[in-house]
Amino acid sequence: MKPETSLADLAIRYGFLLLMAGLIVVFAIARPAFVSPQSAVFILQSVAITGILALGVTATLVVDGFDLSIGAVATSAMMLSAYVMVVWEMGAVAAVVLCLALGAAVGLINGLLIVKMRVPDLLATLGMMFLLVGLQRIPTEGNSISTGMVLSDGRNATGTFAPEFLMLGRYRIDFILPDLVPLSVVFLLAIAVLVWVFLEKTRHGRVMYAIGSNAQASALAGINVAGYRVLAYVISGVMASIGGILLSARLGRGDVASGNNLLLDSVAAALIGFAVLGAAKPNAFGTAVGALFVGILLQGLTMLNAPYYTQDFIKGAVLVVALVFTFALSGRTGRARG
Amino acid sequence: MPETAIAIRGLTKAFGRNAVLRGIDLDLPAGQVTVLMGANGAGKSTLVKVLCGVHRADAGEVRLEGRPFAPASPAAALRAGVVTVHQNINDGVVPDLDVASNLLLDALAERRDIFLNARAMREEARRIAAAVGLEIDVTRPVAGLTLADRQLVAIARAMARRPKLLILDEPTSSLSLTEAQRLFALVDRLRSEGVAILYISHRMSDIRRLADRIVSMRDGQISGLSETKPLDYAGAVRAMLGHEITEVDITIPPPGRPVLEAEGLQLRAEALAFDLTLREGEVVAITGLVGSGKSELAAVLFGLQPPVAGRLTLDGRAFAPGSPGQAVASGVFLSAKDRRTNAVIPDFDIQKNLTLPFTRRYSGLLSLMRRAAERAAADRAIVDMGVVCQGPRDGIMTLSGGNQQKVVVGRWLAEASRLLILDEPFQGVDIQARRDICRRIRDSAPTRTTLVLCAEIDEALEVADRILVMSEHRLAGSHRNEDIDLNLLMAQVAGTLSGAAQSMEEYA
Repeated sequence: MKPETSLADLAIRYGFLLLMAGLIVVFAIARPAFVSPQSAVFILQSVAITGILALGVTATLVVDGFDLSIGAVATSAMMLSAYVMVVWEMGAVAAVVLCLALGAAVGLINGLLIVKMRVPDLLATLGMMFLLVGLQRIPTEGNSISTGMVLSDGRNATGTFAPEFLMLGRYRIDFILPDLVPLSVVFLLAIAVLVWVFLEKTRHGRVMYAIGSNAQASALAGINVAGYRVLAYVISGVMASIGGILLSARLGRGDVASGNNLLLDSVAAALIGFAVLGAAKPNAFGTAVGALFVGILLQGLTMLNAPYYTQDFIKGAVLVVALVFTFALSGRTGRARG
Repeated sequence: MPETAIAIRGLTKAFGRNAVLRGIDLDLPAGQVTVLMGANGAGKSTLVKVLCGVHRADAGEVRLEGRPFAPASPAAALRAGVVTVHQNINDGVVPDLDVASNLLLDALAERRDIFLNARAMREEARRIAAAVGLEIDVTRPVAGLTLADRQLVAIARAMARRPKLLILDEPTSSLSLTEAQRLFALVDRLRSEGVAILYISHRMSDIRRLADRIVSMRDGQISGLSETKPLDYAGAVRAMLGHEITEVDITIPPPGRPVLEAEGLQLRAEALAFDLTLREGEVVAITGLVGSGKSELAAVLFGLQPPVAGRLTLDGRAFAPGSPGQAVASGVFLSAKDRRTNAVIPDFDIQKNLTLPFTRRYSGLLSLMRRAAERAAADRAIVDMGVVCQGPRDGIMTLSGGNQQKVVVGRWLAEASRLLILDEPFQGVDIQARRDICRRIRDSAPTRTTLVLCAEIDEALEVADRILVMSEHRLAGSHRNEDIDLNLLMAQVAGTLSGAAQSMEEYA
């Protein structure tokens, strides 16, 4: 092999990790406070929810699908948990179980729309997104949910968020420093490891990658392609509802205005993940790194006092660069939809 | 002797090192239907693409009515009077427009005025439709037409240009019998108007109905020409499939007990039913032309589609698989043809491609893959199949076609089966890979029954104990692979002997 090609290979393989390291160095020089345990934890906390959503999207990308409804599922789960505790005055366990059930049900419906009704994945999940964005506001007539709010029958809601539920988003574990690591970061890491093991190490993950690469050949190998496609959307829905639970627990109210960036940030993380280690395919490790990358970038820019709109611009630019890394430089034909 | 519309001399075309056309000499007379036959990869499509301006020839000359003809683009070919109706009919029509707009599409593309006069367009369209005997409401959108009507619209549109040569590429492959009749009537009409017609088809009933001459192609050359009536159909098939005596070393085992039995099996509504028994230890090849029903038989046995009628038993028990998964669970495996679309997982390495159907076998607690077991199975399969590679972790796309084929066939040989169906297992592989695959199929055959589907008779002779012939979606012959009467076999492939084929012809 010629040295030029191996250099290009190296660039494709490690380019993105190098870029991330360079970014950390630049921010550290500009703002020394950037490299502190607190700063690191803050970054992790800021990406916990989008990271979990992104891991769900990754499952659908693996089977050559796409889920645009994740942001709406997450905010719906947030509103549902608030409604369950504040209006129905039920406990934390009921709220969590109902939210997970909602995510699984939406994923199942998405999957069936795509597999049985043959609606293209982007359209099916886009439709579901609109549906959920409206649905989550119907019970409260468009208002946010919090203790003491006036219900449609004139009563005041007397329920409160259960303390155990709030812990999910707010509790911090002592690690090196007291009260350092938020529980949501632990969830992110645990889910990232679980999804990675599932996709890379189990036969189910293997089969899902086969479907994404050549669905017809997979079906002719006796694989239940439709079943695995539905499973991918159920995974995505459940992940999104976990993200919604954490969001609700962090905010302590059902806030109709929150969660606007969830979809774009998590899709960006999953797509940036294509470029990590030259994978050129959706993968859990890359997605986690992608989420981290977005977090580092935003935290650094915030510390440099960059205005919020430049942050969106830079996020988009990074995504485009990552996609160039993946598809143009590695010279492979993209398996992602064109 | 009618005048020659198009004369081809010494035409060659290669893609890289792969010579596809190796010196074609062919005349197409005006006012005659020349049928072109050739197996997959014989070079038919490339020849058509040179004539209709998609490809440029490397060497050789084409003369259209005596003038040199070397179209630089499909549009140039069209202007010169060479019209092609492709197999995929949607290349020829715009589904969202109405019939009138489709008929006038070429004129519309060339006009410079901005607004369209709908009434004048309809008049013009009706005139064009009437000229080819097409009775159709020109205001209907093409998307609402049947496939046959779309095809007629495409031809009518082409005929508005007064072509000298009309090329029809497998035009009846998706038409019903009555629809095909309408097409034939149109072809008759154009023939009488003096158009030279090049008709590509494998359907013997079409060929008998239309052909004035039959040209056979094989390996990029013209291998046979029959132009005096009565036409020699079996000879044309023989020239197309070819037969070089390969030394065959087949020892036919004594018949085992029946593994798969089919009774009254009917693959298509208009096809005849047939019975089939496959016995343990034997390798049975089914040969037949493209569209003879081989792949439909495989699809029924593998649970991809239910038969129109008939019942199957596997080892004496009723067998009606509803999906490939169920078929595999019952021990019926299918190695599909066209590996690039139906078998290869391009993102996977050799090992993952080999173990794909049986991941359950190599996974343990919590479905985690057992790497050592999987690796051992892959190493074994690579040795057994003789796959030439660095190791099992090489990407599948780094292998040559023959080695890819060994991997996707080896995938199904790695586990014990009751019935193994191999659909075109030698497709696109070199002679050495073909020998390797063949040897492996026969070595592993005693514990199951094996069904090999292949269009090439040589391949059937090389692999099988028994050769069955399919024609018009039913069995047309059965031969023990010992001193086979090849002339009889070829005639059965061509359908010239069977009563069924004769009755099929009556619709013409």
